Amino acid sequence: MTAATGVSHLGASPGRGLRKAKSSIATVTIVGAFVVALIPLALIIGYVIFRGASVINADFLTGEIAYSPRSPSGGIGPAIVGTLLITGAATALAVPLGVLGGIWIHEYGAGSRLAAFVRFLADVMTGVPSIVMGLFIYTFIVLNTKQTNGFAGALALACLMLPVVIRTTEEMLRLVPDEQREASMALGSRKARTIMRVVLPAATPGIVSGALLAVARAAGETAPLLFVIGFTFTTNSSLFTGGNTALPVQIYGNAASAFEAAQDRAWGAALTLIVLVFLFTIAARIVSALFVRKQG
Amino acid sequence: MGTTDTRAATVTDTVSDAPTTTAFHPPTPHPPEHVPADPSPDGLTVEPVPGRAREVVFEVTGLSVTYGAALAIDDVDLEVAANEITAFIGPSGCGKTTVLRCLNRMHDLTPGARVTGSVRYHGDDLYGAKVDAAEVRRRIGMVFQKPNPFPKSIYDNVAYGPRISREKGKLDDIVERALTRAALWDEVKDKLKKSAFALSGGQQQRLCIARALAVQPDVVLMDEPCSALDPIATSRIEDLMAELKRDYTIVIVTHNMQQAARVSDMTAFFTAELDEAGHRRGKLVEYDKTAAMFTSPSDSRTEGYITGRFG
Repeated sequence: MTAATGVSHLGASPGRGLRKAKSSIATVTIVGAFVVALIPLALIIGYVIFRGASVINADFLTGEIAYSPRSPSGGIGPAIVGTLLITGAATALAVPLGVLGGIWIHEYGAGSRLAAFVRFLADVMTGVPSIVMGLFIYTFIVLNTKQTNGFAGALALACLMLPVVIRTTEEMLRLVPDEQREASMALGSRKARTIMRVVLPAATPGIVSGALLAVARAAGETAPLLFVIGFTFTTNSSLFTGGNTALPVQIYGNAASAFEAAQDRAWGAALTLIVLVFLFTIAARIVSALFVRKQG
Repeated sequence: MGTTDTRAATVTDTVSDAPTTTAFHPPTPHPPEHVPADPSPDGLTVEPVPGRAREVVFEVTGLSVTYGAALAIDDVDLEVAANEITAFIGPSGCGKTTVLRCLNRMHDLTPGARVTGSVRYHGDDLYGAKVDAAEVRRRIGMVFQKPNPFPKSIYDNVAYGPRISREKGKLDDIVERALTRAALWDEVKDKLKKSAFALSGGQQQRLCIARALAVQPDVVLMDEPCSALDPIATSRIEDLMAELKRDYTIVIVTHNMQQAARVSDMTAFFTAELDEAGHRRGKLVEYDKTAAMFTSPSDSRTEGYITGRFG
């Protein structure tokens, strides 16, 4: 308190220089890693826009598939319709089932062996290569029904999406604090109502993100569709009768072609797919925001 | 304020809505004025005195709770009387919150928790086979240690409970009444649609009290309701409790002995002791009128605790 003891210890301590250096190195490393991670992303999007944008016009988006890969005309109309139908059907199959499965694992089965087993299966299923899903559907559905159609593709994509949706739902439910569940139960609310009114609204944004990730992944999958959906040159709006096609299948086929017209169509289809997934994402975000606001 | 009348008028609504699965008798209307507590000879039972009878709400006998293999609280006997504030005090880990959570069957939600012994509520076994736990919790509300409003608007937080019993039409009135009772109405009446998270900690806790009162419970259990609050917010909640006990029975767990001394009529002192195997287990040491407990505790452990010396 007196002037004599007024030596301040707020000044530099011996290790200060080293600490600052470490901090600078860490900062540079993190920023550097971010930039490196950004490079491929920017290159892919930039190059797809560069190659694809000039191909895209109204005729391309609505036109029928070219009969000859050499033909400069021809569009991807049937593939856009196919992707929307097949991915849409897969989402309708996998998301409700996956969300319910996630709710069961976390809210009802918690701690049980069955829940642990289902979670383990979901983890294994996440790691299964997508072409195996296609083979599975081919063996079990296509060979038995003796026809290739869009619905078989939707089933294959749903198998791919299901484990992702189950696991993200479970993880998001885990983030909802137990205090919220207790508060609801303490007001005489039953479990189902607690889940519907308190737990799910709190977890919805996260569940939507997880579902979107699954949808985006499924929309870009070629392998599961290759031998189960058949083929079509004209728009087929039926999931159950006749062959269908999808954007990734068109990208795959056209990119493998030696003809420049086909390669251009592949770039155009790639850009279309990216924009489509982007639009899904925005739409789902808006819907989930509205849902949360309505519940809140 | 005239709030006593409104409470009395709505009790019957709750009862008529009650599912038939419950084995409860309807809660009897509370006396409008607080009946002073009577001392009991051994501090553990409440002897009714002619003309000044205390209505027993909870009758706990031989209550033990185990979590997995660990015994959290062993062999508790106590009675909680209507329109009184009963405080549970004791060091951390002594099982006071565990006992509190037995009174509205919150342990049903805890995996591995096992309750033995008997808890009678107005004479009915709370853990009876035909008793509906959701109905139990509707009658016996709870306020938690940390304010835990839902991420919804202030209005929707209070309306959450009444909406369960589908009381339509008069929802606005119920919300206003509950917020008024919780001494929060004047502060929030212009922002009912705002998020509950915009409120301060003390306001959030009063909102949680309002939310509990909105279902028109008979008992309010409070688990350290002030531990996350500053002294001013604490004093508001304490005033509120004194006000509420005219209509409700309140059981409060608190770490704050001054708070127990200030607000409660009866005090139960719990402590944790090590058994032969070295496991901690909670025990009820002493249960008496608060005034007696804080002036002449009959057990040396109680005395040590309330005087700040541990024995």
